[in-house]
Amino acid sequence: MNRVIIRNGTVLDSTGERRADVAIVDGRVSAVGASLSADLDDGATVLDASGCFVTPGLVDLHVHLREPGKEEAETIETGSRAAALGGFTAVVAMPNTDPAQDSLPTIEFVRAQGRRAGLCDVVPAGCITVGRAGEHLAPLGELAAAGVRLFTDDGNGVQDPGLMRRALEYARPLGITLAQHCEVSSLTRGAVMHEGSCCSRLGLPGWPALAEELMVHRDIELVRLTGSPVHFLHLSTARSVDLVRAAKADGLPVTAEATPHHFTLTDELLASFDAVYKVNPPLRTRADIAAIKAGLADGTIDAIATDHAPHAPETKEAPLDQAPPGMLGLQTALALAITELAMPLADVVAALSWKPAAIAGLFPRHGGPIVEGAAANIAVFDPAASWTVQPDRLASKSRNTPYAGRTLRDMVRHTVFDGTPVVIDGVAQR
Amino acid sequence: MKHLLGISDLDAATIIRLLDLTDHMVEINQRPMPKVPALRGRTVVNLFFEDSTRTRTSFDTAARRLSADVMNFAVSSSSVNKGESLRDTIETITAMGVDAFVVRHKSSGAPHLITGWTNASVVNAGDGWHQHPTQALLDCYTIRTRLGRRTTFDGLRIAIVGDIRHSRVARSDVEAFTTLGAQVVLVAPPTLLPPAVHDWPVEVSHDLDGTLPTIDVLYLLRMQRERMTDALVPSLREYTSLYGLTADRAARLAEHTLVMHPGPMNRGVEIAVDPADLPGATILEQVTNGIAVRMAVLFDLLGSGTDAGNESLGGAS
Repeated sequence: MNRVIIRNGTVLDSTGERRADVAIVDGRVSAVGASLSADLDDGATVLDASGCFVTPGLVDLHVHLREPGKEEAETIETGSRAAALGGFTAVVAMPNTDPAQDSLPTIEFVRAQGRRAGLCDVVPAGCITVGRAGEHLAPLGELAAAGVRLFTDDGNGVQDPGLMRRALEYARPLGITLAQHCEVSSLTRGAVMHEGSCCSRLGLPGWPALAEELMVHRDIELVRLTGSPVHFLHLSTARSVDLVRAAKADGLPVTAEATPHHFTLTDELLASFDAVYKVNPPLRTRADIAAIKAGLADGTIDAIATDHAPHAPETKEAPLDQAPPGMLGLQTALALAITELAMPLADVVAALSWKPAAIAGLFPRHGGPIVEGAAANIAVFDPAASWTVQPDRLASKSRNTPYAGRTLRDMVRHTVFDGTPVVIDGVAQR
Repeated sequence: MKHLLGISDLDAATIIRLLDLTDHMVEINQRPMPKVPALRGRTVVNLFFEDSTRTRTSFDTAARRLSADVMNFAVSSSSVNKGESLRDTIETITAMGVDAFVVRHKSSGAPHLITGWTNASVVNAGDGWHQHPTQALLDCYTIRTRLGRRTTFDGLRIAIVGDIRHSRVARSDVEAFTTLGAQVVLVAPPTLLPPAVHDWPVEVSHDLDGTLPTIDVLYLLRMQRERMTDALVPSLREYTSLYGLTADRAARLAEHTLVMHPGPMNRGVEIAVDPADLPGATILEQVTNGIAVRMAVLFDLLGSGTDAGNESLGGAS
């Protein structure tokens, strides 16, 4: 029997907040209550949660684990470890691998590597089109039958509106969600940063907000036409938030996510020419940050997702136009969200746990209330602890965090995945 | 100064100081033996990742006239083509013991990155669309000598015409000219302007003809043929008819107005008259001044503060 007990914490889930101990036996919550009997400690791993919040495990809708294809930047094991240390018990692995996740063997490989790592559920997303090339539909039905729930060509938007319409129509009876990387590529050729004052001064090609907003608008209208749901990945502009807000007011089945970097960092950082700040979509303006925060606060944006995008150090030590876009996110997301968002803690955790779990079809195994019989996927974090981001101390194989040297509050203390403590006192157990 | 990366690093007093130093260099260049020992024992590396025979030759000449040792390192003959990273290239050359890198790179910001990988000085000889500070300094020097403006450009009105969006020369010149007090007008179709110039200290015009009579300096930028394929202008013919210096327009310039160009010129495109026929044309003078300005910059970075340097230059002036 594998027994764990989490003592002296404050349980916070979608049903509310309460002081409670949580006992776990063989992957399931066996008891929740204030001051559970000390007898339960016998033979159990006892996790101290004094002063801590005990929440459903976090769910990241958007990570790049780079395996298969770019194992020098990250592997499913190292990415899973970063996830566990960040409080995540499930991550959705984007399909821009090599080969792309557009066939059952690749999907099964990613799942198998996730199980082998055993640090969190690694949930592969499928491609909308074969090879993410935007030309032919990927086998949505076969992959749906194999349990894939989210499909995206992330890294690329589906450019052809006719193809996107067919994909949505075809998807409707399958119970799947298509997730869009919104970028009209003819407007972003060669772009390395937000189009505005800063890129004008620095002499760098700009990525206009419009390139995102046009595709958000197009897909909202395709949702209206087809009735099929769409999830918007990494919204970055104020107008995108407005468009999604209006679509939701119309009752359309759309959901959206935003990344911590898009509500904490601006394009002015690119004046350093440090490619650690290059990301797609790009860092935008203060006004956009305010709009993303407002969208999270009023629920227009459902989820906080990291877009964790490791890149080997040498690839980021290059001029901006030559470096690949993307930044690490898994180990800093919770702290940044709690520190930077003026939202009730329960709403922050909702956006990091049960709301994304629902979008990915993972609820209630992930994100479900912490009650007797529930799957034991749990995060424990200490709101009083502070820590400094040190790139070489992160679990990722890569170092490209834009928050190096920043001191953050809210440290993940323990993570329990499937009833097993995979992180204890901030240390990964495998 | 440790590095010269962009004009925004310089205040008006520093620009004037460099232009004053350039006067000394001009004097040296006019001697029968135009060479001084100011940078003897110093090593300057010309590291050009992008072809530019003109700028490289100008820096090369400037360094040699100050008696520096010069290494020329061109991308086509370097290990960069074998996949070596920029950082490894810089660290390798630094290990050979050099005092300054003169860097031309097609990527904006490359010289900034290089400062992190070497203890040598870095001179930006043009990076992407970003900056070309020695060009701006030689342009300022040319205006100052031709129009007799020793310490300030207050009251001067300068039009920069053409492909400002893709121009490191324009970005550097705007900063340098306005820092010295000039009014700057950017004249271009909206497609050839940067996406946001509302916070630049300039006026914007799409009417060259209306602007011509009001200016003291007409600065023409090179119009590159590949802009046509990006749908930025319909044709070179239309560009010339709207924004080129035609004979008709040249006739309407004020007598004292300078006509400047960073080179190389596209004759028949941005300049559809023979500059030899324009009394205000400074194009070859800019090239000559370029050597003196680059001598001043190299001396300021590498020579000042050392007794040998000051003595050798002091004896020269």
